[in-house]
Amino acid sequence: MSVLQEVDTISHRAAERTGRHTLLDFEDIQHFLMSRPPARAARYEFLTFQSGRGGRAWLSGLIDKVGTAKAVGENIVDSRWVTVAITWRGLQALGLPEALLATFPQEFRQGMAARADVLGLTGANHPTNWVGGLASPNLHAIAILFARDVPERERCRQEHERYLVQCEGVQLLSSLDLEGIPPFDYAHEHFGYRDRLSQPVIEGTGAEPTPGSGPPIKPGEFFLGYPDEEGAAAGLPQPEILSHNGSYVAYLKMEEHVAAFRDFLREHGETPEQQEFIAAKLMGRWRSGAPLVLSPEADDPNLGADLQRNNDFSYAHSDPHGYSCPLGAHIRRMNPRDTAVNMSRRKMIRRGGTYGPLLPEGADDDGIERGIAAFIGCASLVRQFEFAMNVWTNDPNFHELGNERDPICGTQDGTFDMTIPKRPIRKKIRGIPAFTTIRGGAYFFLPGIKALRYLASLGEID
Amino acid sequence: MATSILPKSDPKKPQEVPPARKDWTKPHAMAIPKEGYVTPQQGRYGPVYPRTPACYGFTIIAKIKPGREEAIRAYGKTIEKAIEDLPEALEVLKLHYLRWVLFDIADDTYFMYQGIFDTDFDKYTEDAVALFTKYGVNTVFENLEGFPADWKTNVAGFAKFVREHQCPSFLEYGEYPYVTADEIKKALKLKESFGDMLDLMQ
Repeated sequence: MSVLQEVDTISHRAAERTGRHTLLDFEDIQHFLMSRPPARAARYEFLTFQSGRGGRAWLSGLIDKVGTAKAVGENIVDSRWVTVAITWRGLQALGLPEALLATFPQEFRQGMAARADVLGLTGANHPTNWVGGLASPNLHAIAILFARDVPERERCRQEHERYLVQCEGVQLLSSLDLEGIPPFDYAHEHFGYRDRLSQPVIEGTGAEPTPGSGPPIKPGEFFLGYPDEEGAAAGLPQPEILSHNGSYVAYLKMEEHVAAFRDFLREHGETPEQQEFIAAKLMGRWRSGAPLVLSPEADDPNLGADLQRNNDFSYAHSDPHGYSCPLGAHIRRMNPRDTAVNMSRRKMIRRGGTYGPLLPEGADDDGIERGIAAFIGCASLVRQFEFAMNVWTNDPNFHELGNERDPICGTQDGTFDMTIPKRPIRKKIRGIPAFTTIRGGAYFFLPGIKALRYLASLGEID
Repeated sequence: MATSILPKSDPKKPQEVPPARKDWTKPHAMAIPKEGYVTPQQGRYGPVYPRTPACYGFTIIAKIKPGREEAIRAYGKTIEKAIEDLPEALEVLKLHYLRWVLFDIADDTYFMYQGIFDTDFDKYTEDAVALFTKYGVNTVFENLEGFPADWKTNVAGFAKFVREHQCPSFLEYGEYPYVTADEIKKALKLKESFGDMLDLMQ
């Protein structure tokens, strides 16, 4: 759930290195989960293929513009920043034979909308309320267009629009424009929290984890065809060309109710300091990014901005009861660190950005939708993404809390609580309102370049 | 645990027992339909089996491979020794109790694995696979007919086997319902600390 304004290229000079690590195929892996282009704007286009031939033609003409991890990481003037990902229905529409379609994991075949129960997406978050055609079986593909700035994005939009006209039966279901919100000097979302503080480092990329982020994670946790944390990965899709260098991505469009969030802070905090304190307790970090475990009493903006320090903490010994960071705070749920098991098998790579204009501090609700549109990349949706949603986000009994869900991104309907441990008596906030609403989501397969070429050539096999 | 707010009725949350009913002082019995759940709700690897007054759990009954009875009985000793050496080895599974039983029907021998625990069915299975792999141990399930040979890398296959051989209870009862093993341990620790304190005050 990060915004776009930071240039963050994971070094992959390691590609040339040989060593004990598996060599990643940077020329075949799409850049999306590996390196971020220096983009300040982006556009997501959700597409449907009314004919397989049209879909294949669209894909075929676009592949050369899809950025590889090598191209985007090495050369920031290279503007091949297109990312292409396809739903299971999209693979079907492109003409992948049924026997091969059946080799994909069940959760991907069913799609996110059908898995709403598993994810805890009920009530206002339920797919019947989704927008943009994302719950429809006609959602076949997404094209993600990154751009240096808004005018460049508009140029990309027009170019893609002209291209779509040439591809028979390929139609835009919906689209979403994204851009960073001010201030632009650090990544943050609409509630004002600093973002991108805790991302896994992939072994073999040459990147060094920041202190507290744990060891690099085996590439097979994110990219198909590589060893994962348990050894050789299993359950890969067929044919073999699809089982290399691809990933699964879960997309979530999450509206943020900024006015409701600010009202809540005012309701529970009389002074600005008390309001900041409540905001910090919901997240587990001050809005500056400073973690409560390291700075429990007051904000420390220098700590928040210091990547060498702001992720260097754990819970089991320094804060077992949650006096600093509540057990149910967002970051403690989404990354329980040393208070959960099998953590190396639950890591995910987050991408995405903010959409909608900033709501200035003190302004009334303007009725404009704003939020985060995020992608969560992994090698197993059921083991990584769905686990996080099912257990960490929406299990009311997480950490024995009894009646709580994630206060920031859990499904909230005013019936769940938030406990803030405090001496001598804890504070319990009853009836947490929904600060966010899931407006849409989907499961995509993000194939490697060779796999994209194979999919584009399916017609020739017919 | 919250007791003052009752959730609004929400058809999407059928398995959620209202907090007010999770009162440990009031014994509670739950009759369960044949399917194992009251209302179907999808979990990650199949339907969600509810948390009952006797917590989460399962009863897996499967036919053993011919001639494996002694190998299975030997596992009893293996587990006994493992827990002796490393008492926290199974902690992540959040178990209350395990009961393993072998019994015959006609010429076949069956194995019953009954576990009572505090995490949901799918999480238990995933954590168990990770645990076995971590300690490099095999599972007693390998002696059962139909168990997938590639279980170490195929959690979904493991989960499918477990689900196919699960015999849901039709009644579960808790004298102190909905209490987790962690809560019991905390309460006993508190009792012990109070006892020590009172002793010191003598």
